[in-house]
Amino acid sequence: MNKIFVITMRELRSYFSTWLGYIVIASALLLNGVLFNTFAMGDAPKFSSDVLRDFFYFTSGIGMVASLLLAMRLIAEEKQTKSLVLLFTSPVSERQIIWGKFLAALAIFSLLNLFSLYLPALIFLEGKVSWGHVFAGYAGVSLLGSAVLAIALYASALAPTQMLAGLAAAGMTVLMLVLWLLSNKADSPFKELLSYTSIHSERFRPFTLGIIHLRDLVFYLSVAIFFLECAVRALEQRRARG
Amino acid sequence: MIEVRSITKTYGEKKAVSDLSFSINEGEIVGLLGLNGAGKSTILKILGTLLPVTEGEAFIAGFSVLRHAEEVRKHIGYLPDIPPLYDEMTIRSYLEFVAKLKGVPRSRLKTSVEQALDQTNLLDVQEQKLSELSHGFRQRSNIAQALVHQPKVLILDEPINGLDPVQIVEMRDLILSLRKKHTVILSSHILSEITRTCDRILVIDQGRLVAEGTERDLRGKAEVEFDVRLEVDGEISSIRDRLRQIDGVISLNQVDANCVTLICSKEIRPALAAVVHEYGLGLLTLERRQAELETLFLKLVRGDRA
Repeated sequence: MNKIFVITMRELRSYFSTWLGYIVIASALLLNGVLFNTFAMGDAPKFSSDVLRDFFYFTSGIGMVASLLLAMRLIAEEKQTKSLVLLFTSPVSERQIIWGKFLAALAIFSLLNLFSLYLPALIFLEGKVSWGHVFAGYAGVSLLGSAVLAIALYASALAPTQMLAGLAAAGMTVLMLVLWLLSNKADSPFKELLSYTSIHSERFRPFTLGIIHLRDLVFYLSVAIFFLECAVRALEQRRARG
Repeated sequence: MIEVRSITKTYGEKKAVSDLSFSINEGEIVGLLGLNGAGKSTILKILGTLLPVTEGEAFIAGFSVLRHAEEVRKHIGYLPDIPPLYDEMTIRSYLEFVAKLKGVPRSRLKTSVEQALDQTNLLDVQEQKLSELSHGFRQRSNIAQALVHQPKVLILDEPINGLDPVQIVEMRDLILSLRKKHTVILSSHILSEITRTCDRILVIDQGRLVAEGTERDLRGKAEVEFDVRLEVDGEISSIRDRLRQIDGVISLNQVDANCVTLICSKEIRPALAAVVHEYGLGLLTLERRQAELETLFLKLVRGDRA
């Protein structure tokens, strides 16, 4: 646990000393603000809960892109700068490396969500929403973000460069996003399987409405842990290959 | 401290290391000498737990590098040929990070970092960012990261690579200061440099150990033939034929009226002195000329081809 924390703290400092953390947070907040005003609020009168629902829908998309940007560098950059050798010759396991880096990216992602809280808070000025709805929405955004962070971290462990890691992560994420489209064309049991494994659509919608299903919670956590374990295996294989 | 038993490392069909065995005692500084591509870095990577062996076994501080890699990593400091630095960090924060990663307890963290900074002469620049450092300082930071947890064994891959003459002297002094406190194994393709810092040299060619010993031992192995220069007070032509008859003389070349050089296969200087005395000439010079280090090196790795 201590080694995980050491790696997490270094990564966190790195996000801010290289400006990547500031850039991702600032860009995401700017986009969030624009989309909130133009689409979520809109011109026509709306129920407050609908505004909040639309906000979480947009912010989930921005969150996925931010997650890709935050995680695609985590291992690939170390390969490019050859600093991975330091981790590989230190008494730390591949799992500690992966979790340390994942937690750092998740912390930045959570900071981004924290800063965006002023947007749903604005709804309280003119309307009425429950804090439970806000909590459920952010839980959904965080779970979806964690899953995409894990996917991008896996891509980063596989790819030799950050650019390739970003492309691979984007490819995998888009594929998992559009699985529900494929499910419409497939027959049973693939129809149910594809629909079940899609990371947005039916899976995310309940969170935007303020509802948390245990099955969705388990699904997102399972996706995140599955890809983190894949990243651990990828790193183990790289270490074994030398 | 380091025990290598018949290790072989293959990449597909190619053998990078072939049935290699050696051992290094505690406190020794041992150099791996070989041409580029001889297999030096592969051997060091195996000892640094970065590469698994195909066959055989290697041990550091009694732990197998393959089966107890995690334990081995606690006892080694590894200096790769490209410094594994995080450019956005300062030297001090980088060393603190490495020390924590290597498991230095919080109570000893400050002392360990300052000791490493002091050993590598980095105290004055400790707050500088790694990205702002010259190559020499980056290489010192590289050594500092390998030293910061005071490991039993230091594995240094081409530590003087790319350094200017002043930096080479500093690095040499630094390596010499590690003697007795650490067991050091380093690699280089520069024989003259390795002989100045190492107690013992292992000559590697095509992944095999072709010679082992001190500089003197290696000279003995390489110098199957050597030159002797003889200068006398008088005409040397009077004893030339007699000199040729001495056992061990392969050829004789007259340089001038009173000087010859002889190529020999064994020690003949006492016999030469005896002949000069027998013919009543004065002996001015009797010198065994040492071959250049690099020539010896080529003889060792290429054998008869040199």
